[in-house]
Amino acid sequence: MNQTDFGDKPLVRFRLWVLMAVVSLLVACGGESGSDSGLSRVEQGNLDGVMHFGNGVEPEGLDPHIVTGVAENKIVSAIFEGLVTKHPETLEVEPGIAEAWEISEDGLLYTFHLRDNALWSNGDPVTAVDFHWSWQRLLTPELGAQYNYNLFPVVNAEAYANGDIDDFSAVGVTVLDDYTLQVQLRSPTPYFLQLLDHYSTYAVHRPTIEQFGTISDRLSPWARPGNIVSNGAFELAEWQINSHVRVEKSDTYWDADSVRLNAIVYYPTENLVTEERMFRDGQLHTTNEIVLDKIPVYLEENPEVVRIDPWLGSYFYMFNTTRPPFDDVRVRKALAMTVDRDAIAESIMQGIVEPAYALVPPDTLGYYPPETFSYDPEQARALMAAAGYPGGEGFPQFDLLYNTQESHRRLAVAIQQMWQRELGISVSLLNQEWKVYLDNQDNMNYDLSRRGWIGDYVDPNTFLDMYITDGGNNKTGFSNARYDEIILNEAPNTLDRDKRYELYREAERILLEAMPILPVYTYSTKQLVVPSVQGMPSNIMDHINWKYVWLDPEA
Amino acid sequence: MWRFIGLRTLQAIPVIFIVISVTFFLVRAAPGGPFDDEKAVSPQVRAALEAQYRLDLPMHEQYLTYLSDLLQGDLGPSFNYPGRSVNELIFQGLPITAELGFYALLVAVGIGVLAGVIASLRPNTAQDYVPMSLAMVGICMPSFLLGPMLVLIFGIWLDWLPVSGWGNSQGDKILPSITLGAMYAAYIARLSRSGMLEVMSQDYLRTARAKGLPERVVVVKHALRAGLLPVVSYLGPAFAGLLSGSFVVETIFQIPGLGRFYVQAAFNRDYTMILGTTTFLATLIVVFNLLSDFVAAWLNPRLRYQFSNKQ
Repeated sequence: MNQTDFGDKPLVRFRLWVLMAVVSLLVACGGESGSDSGLSRVEQGNLDGVMHFGNGVEPEGLDPHIVTGVAENKIVSAIFEGLVTKHPETLEVEPGIAEAWEISEDGLLYTFHLRDNALWSNGDPVTAVDFHWSWQRLLTPELGAQYNYNLFPVVNAEAYANGDIDDFSAVGVTVLDDYTLQVQLRSPTPYFLQLLDHYSTYAVHRPTIEQFGTISDRLSPWARPGNIVSNGAFELAEWQINSHVRVEKSDTYWDADSVRLNAIVYYPTENLVTEERMFRDGQLHTTNEIVLDKIPVYLEENPEVVRIDPWLGSYFYMFNTTRPPFDDVRVRKALAMTVDRDAIAESIMQGIVEPAYALVPPDTLGYYPPETFSYDPEQARALMAAAGYPGGEGFPQFDLLYNTQESHRRLAVAIQQMWQRELGISVSLLNQEWKVYLDNQDNMNYDLSRRGWIGDYVDPNTFLDMYITDGGNNKTGFSNARYDEIILNEAPNTLDRDKRYELYREAERILLEAMPILPVYTYSTKQLVVPSVQGMPSNIMDHINWKYVWLDPEA
Repeated sequence: MWRFIGLRTLQAIPVIFIVISVTFFLVRAAPGGPFDDEKAVSPQVRAALEAQYRLDLPMHEQYLTYLSDLLQGDLGPSFNYPGRSVNELIFQGLPITAELGFYALLVAVGIGVLAGVIASLRPNTAQDYVPMSLAMVGICMPSFLLGPMLVLIFGIWLDWLPVSGWGNSQGDKILPSITLGAMYAAYIARLSRSGMLEVMSQDYLRTARAKGLPERVVVVKHALRAGLLPVVSYLGPAFAGLLSGSFVVETIFQIPGLGRFYVQAAFNRDYTMILGTTTFLATLIVVFNLLSDFVAAWLNPRLRYQFSNKQ
């Protein structure tokens, strides 16, 4: 009898039924209601006033004093409100919880008048005492708040935060009465009002926090749905980790009549490729980013959804000036002069960024950095020869460190080729995972590294104070006494804006003459936005004032 | 049989303990810490952060405190999600990863056994070559290639299935399950084919046929049990592979499962989360391997006497 000649048909047929059963099971179980009406999630959202927002990473938390990221900011700024807010287009400071304020002549005393109808989501009134206690919390050393330095302009705030004094009443914030808060600064800080729109200076609800832990307990669950009490335009409704966060319009908010959205749903869209697919599929109103390669395609086929705007941030390389070969300023300048930034902006970055020749982005609230150098390979070669490396001869090979990401790699490869071609030096590219990359920078264990910096507020100081001697963000070994003097002493005490900007230009000139950093380009934000989204104009802080946002189904 | 079960279980305990200990010290040895970020942190803030998470204690104290908490079932707070415990995060992600793994396993076993048995019925013919070649492709193709390809074809071009999510829209569980299960389907196909081939020529089957049994009964009732033994033994490692393979698939399809947490925790140096998830997964894998050994021993009595003198 033939081994293979037997009733395989019934057997196969039986198995096929099993397989079909499995597949139908999968299809049947594959999810609950999609939209029955056939509308995409975005279209349904336009009708319901629900915005679907691609937010990048999963938020780590919602405690305004603890979180540090952009993704968290987008949610926290919807459910909390500070003393002031910012206009979405001009970034002018607008009343928030404080309806008016006075600033003394010398710029050191601020008196805030809080509105009397601002409420917490449980009905309690928001008072000056809330802000006083919340600022104490932010500055409490045991809490370990990473943004506590936003309040350091306040008298004695830094001393309290470092544990040098332990009596909070010595800190320059006083409650005059329930709705009046007075703040004393140690130097006129023109951007201080902007800091009060940063989430780290928001007020939190003391009874809620104390219900779940102490003032400095980071691990307490007070900021969870069901526990959290907030005072903003929206309230936290739902938070499913790695799935979505949903906030809904608050009816206790003092300006609820102006709020036009009914809900916002934030999605952790870390994978850019998946995020773009979701957008194409009508599942997101906005994305967090656009894959660089897709930009030309979108600009050609679907330009009305592409949003590319200047951003208050710098992309640059930094030198380790404490060891050879970059302890020689001539070498540093030579490398800076042989980077063809126009070519980079055009071909690598698809024309969406501006070349940079300084640290502070141009037009930072009217500030323009000095121009000290330009693309000049001839002079660069002369400098290299003067430094002892004619034609690149004898120049040691070094590593260019960057964190693993395709766009960083492409840029590094292009620059590597420019240096090889123009200077005859050879660079090896070293990409590392984020934490390892940070660790190497902290330990000065690098030669040349990629760096990026986004401004916290619109003022040149947010960039320039990186490079004070031994500053935690310096990491290059750059040190200049005159620079320190300007940044730490003269500029903060200069009231006149033009004079202050002149000082900053002097400081930046000093920085660029020493060239511990190699500016490359000024950042842009890039995202996809469906036309129905209104009230979210571009601004250089990538700031969204959720009160102004609404969805137009007709657009 | 009980002696076998008991001794195998005892063997498993040191394995888990070693995994925990090695992981504990290994994560702390990696460069970069949980609180490192682009914007520098002042020494006072760093000290406060370390105190909150007991990182300022000497290493052996941290280790012993962790172990004692672990024995009480407390995996500690997550470093990256203030206010959430590791237990909570694991039990949030677990049902989803388990569901994904289960469907993937269904796909793998369903398609794999079917293809393998069909191929074994007519060896060295087209009925054999086609499934086995596809199986070879399936084994070689990584999930991060297969996944996007399936998404492109079925999600974008044909627009039949959703491109991401789990349980949000109709049919969004199909592509991830197939992507994850495909490689294991391929392995299982080859295993079941070779298992069946080996068994089909055995004497006891010839006896069964000689008794006059229809071929279908011969195959299903007699041959399958022995022929699928290799598949059963493979299920343990397959499960381990499915768990770790789920990380990639979860990232591709934006599925909020344990795998995504795990990957994020590693990049964020969330020590407690990494340790907790590793411990949990290691325990699961060990348990599953044990179960697979038990089932194999049940199917094949000869295996039960591994620990005794009888052979």
